[in-house]
Amino acid sequence: MDKKIRGRLWVIAVLIAGSVASLIPRNTKQRVIDPASGRMKDTTVRRLPVNLGLDLQGGIHLALEVDQTKGPVPDCADAIQRAEKVVRTRIDEFGTTEPVVQIQGRCRLIVELAGEKDPARARGVIQRTAFLEFRITDMKGVFKDALPAIDAALRKAGIKPTGAATPSAVSQLFGGDTSKAARDSAADANAPGILSSLLNQRPQGVPGEYLVPEEQWPLVDSLLQRPDVQALIPRGFDLKWGAQTEAYGARPYRALYAVDSRPIITGEELIKATARRDPVTNQSVVPFQLSRRGARIFSQETARHIGDFMAIILDGRVQGEPPVIRSQIGANGQIEMGNKPLQEASDLALVLRAGALPAPLTIVDERSISATLGADSIHDGVLAGVVGILLVVVIMIGYYRVSGALAVAALTLYCLFTLAGLAAFGFTLTLPGLAGFVLSIGIAVDANVLIFERIREELVHGKSLRLAVDDGFLHAMNAIVDSNVSTILTALILYAVGTGPVQGFAITLIIGIIASMVSAIFVVKTMFLIWLNRRPNMVTLSI
Amino acid sequence: MIRLFANANYDFIKWRRWAFSITGAIMLVGLAFLLTRGLNYSIEFTGGTLVQFEVAHKVPTSNIRAALDQVGLSGADIYNFGADTSYVVRARLGAEAAQGEAGTQAVADAVARALDQSVGAGQYRLARREAVGPKVGRELQSKALIAILVSFLVTLIYLAVRFEWRFGLAAVVATAHDVVATIAFISVMHLEVSLVVVGAVLTVVGYSLNDTIIIFDRVRENLRKYRRQNLYEILNLSINETLPRSVLTHGTTIATTLSLLVLAGEVIRPFAWVMSFGIFTGTFSSIYIAAPVLLWIEKRWPGEDARGARALGTRVPAGTEKFAPATPTSSPSPRTPQPTR
Repeated sequence: MDKKIRGRLWVIAVLIAGSVASLIPRNTKQRVIDPASGRMKDTTVRRLPVNLGLDLQGGIHLALEVDQTKGPVPDCADAIQRAEKVVRTRIDEFGTTEPVVQIQGRCRLIVELAGEKDPARARGVIQRTAFLEFRITDMKGVFKDALPAIDAALRKAGIKPTGAATPSAVSQLFGGDTSKAARDSAADANAPGILSSLLNQRPQGVPGEYLVPEEQWPLVDSLLQRPDVQALIPRGFDLKWGAQTEAYGARPYRALYAVDSRPIITGEELIKATARRDPVTNQSVVPFQLSRRGARIFSQETARHIGDFMAIILDGRVQGEPPVIRSQIGANGQIEMGNKPLQEASDLALVLRAGALPAPLTIVDERSISATLGADSIHDGVLAGVVGILLVVVIMIGYYRVSGALAVAALTLYCLFTLAGLAAFGFTLTLPGLAGFVLSIGIAVDANVLIFERIREELVHGKSLRLAVDDGFLHAMNAIVDSNVSTILTALILYAVGTGPVQGFAITLIIGIIASMVSAIFVVKTMFLIWLNRRPNMVTLSI
Repeated sequence: MIRLFANANYDFIKWRRWAFSITGAIMLVGLAFLLTRGLNYSIEFTGGTLVQFEVAHKVPTSNIRAALDQVGLSGADIYNFGADTSYVVRARLGAEAAQGEAGTQAVADAVARALDQSVGAGQYRLARREAVGPKVGRELQSKALIAILVSFLVTLIYLAVRFEWRFGLAAVVATAHDVVATIAFISVMHLEVSLVVVGAVLTVVGYSLNDTIIIFDRVRENLRKYRRQNLYEILNLSINETLPRSVLTHGTTIATTLSLLVLAGEVIRPFAWVMSFGIFTGTFSSIYIAAPVLLWIEKRWPGEDARGARALGTRVPAGTEKFAPATPTSSPSPRTPQPTR
């Protein structure tokens, strides 16, 4: 065995050793939920270092953007950057192994949770703005005093009472009158206000609280959104809906609260929040703790408002019934969530701890795939791959005999190199990637086919075995390089343009082509050299 | 040794008019389908919502349809996906009123409500849920288009550098033919055009180009080798010489795409269809589009180099200077011009 062959064998040995080393199952740290305590903990898992894409593993992929529908956000890039930090903090505690949170382009946030089984819950945790604020309710009934003016404005705009709240026949009679003046004056005197007829107050209820029958609240909400009504809402006050439906008497109601526009404190000052079930009321509650500074502000403010009612507002919705401030409150408080499951309470505690999003996020793209579908895909893809490889093996050995067997041996190295390449560079294997891999096996033998056909031609021309092999490799080279470079170019474009799975496909294709050039040219040439060296007197080549 | 098509000497180029007519006819059929039915875009491109779910026992589609109508999703498609206990509900954007960026999410939730009603809550398993906003869809559309155009451009430049612009142009025309033929195929088969299918089309581009380059590489070599032959003969010779390789390589590739088609499951099936067809059209175009176009270009704009000096015509036109002065070749093997053994 001459020096040249020995050098080549060393190179191959190093390549194989490197590939095997990068494919050895290794310990990786994963954050998983500890079932005993419900908290996150680090565990080490021994597994193959090949990342599986969401489509193979199951999981959820979300693309989020700043919600611009409720008023434009001037600097979306900044908002997304801040949102990324918040979302990352939330996700880290959420209990998914190896989550991906990254900014794509300028104003888009990508979140990928592999293996996540409850996409709805994940969406909720990520998307929730979690803007917490405490506001004093309308203690003096300022909003109530403004109601007649609002009613009048609505009447003027030609809004007629409808549905269950339709008042007496008298107002309908007058409402049907064509004379505008007559209608206005008569309605002022007789008809109950359109809005005020829908707003009911409980005796001894919370000041500033109005109950709206559940079926009417979309109507009331749309009335309140009108610009003419908005203009009449007293300055310094906002209207906020309750988060849940409440049963009052036999009918379900939705509570509407008139609250101060100025919060006495916001969730920014919150440092700790947990979830538990109140042993007395059996309600889910989220006790929280404020920072030192927050506690100071909070106790000052509550001292000024003793006897007032304080609405706890989360993302614009009032949580539970506003409690009365009996005494100065310090650093601790709690949010009552009624009969919601504890899971929801702990999710709320999680998002409160992580902080509020700088702006509401909207999901512009969602893909979620169940783990079983992913497992099916792996199973089918691997089966197709094995059958495909077997067919290629049969064709190659059947046609080229011993040389074909050498090509097949090189093909196993090709598979090894490709997988190692994927693992070494940390690329993700997706379903299209798997298909690309299977396809590239068919294409991978092309280099060998070109070489073998070339050698056959050279043999037909009467060249000696040695020369035919050398020339065959040499002359096939041009075509192999040109054709593979052009395929790599298209794959690069695909990578630049594609997303997720398609990028996986492009990467697999590129790595596959490089691996096939190494195995088909270098490895097979080495095998031929050894073969010819061993049998110097061979007359016919099994090709 | 087994040798398929060894020393083949078929006059491939002679049949070019036939080939043009056949492929033209196929494209016309494709165009008719394209105009009447359009392409079956996935929601990745149109924006919209897709929910795939699996049930233990078959459910009449009409029940699901009725429930969808009730939640106001009468425009949604329902179809089986692979197994007959696996269903897909797909609502494209635009088919329903009042869908915005957040609307696709709302539709997904509405589908869930409809399923709770018709199949029963807990009676089905969600396998896949996709909700794509219109903005993302539009972005993808333009990206996919750009990808195909850029890949053409890059290919043209690469071939111009490695070969010569005439070869590059011929290869790009052949590749463009493959793209059009593949789109016609997608339209006739009513395959869903997802990003993965666009990926398959681009892979077909790469594969077909690869095949064309193999033949052109041989043409380039033979042009240097046989200075006295006209291009028509050289093209035929090159195609014949590379024929065994074509049969083998296409054979192995077809073997893998067919196993993908049959075994790899429903998700990847459109990809496998496109690839399988692409191998046929890629092979066809390398022989019957790329080579004749090269012949035509060379006739139209004869090259200034040695190639241009030789006769080009279809059948060695009379009166043309056939024996152009040629510089000695560096051909490694002395060989008779035509393989007439």
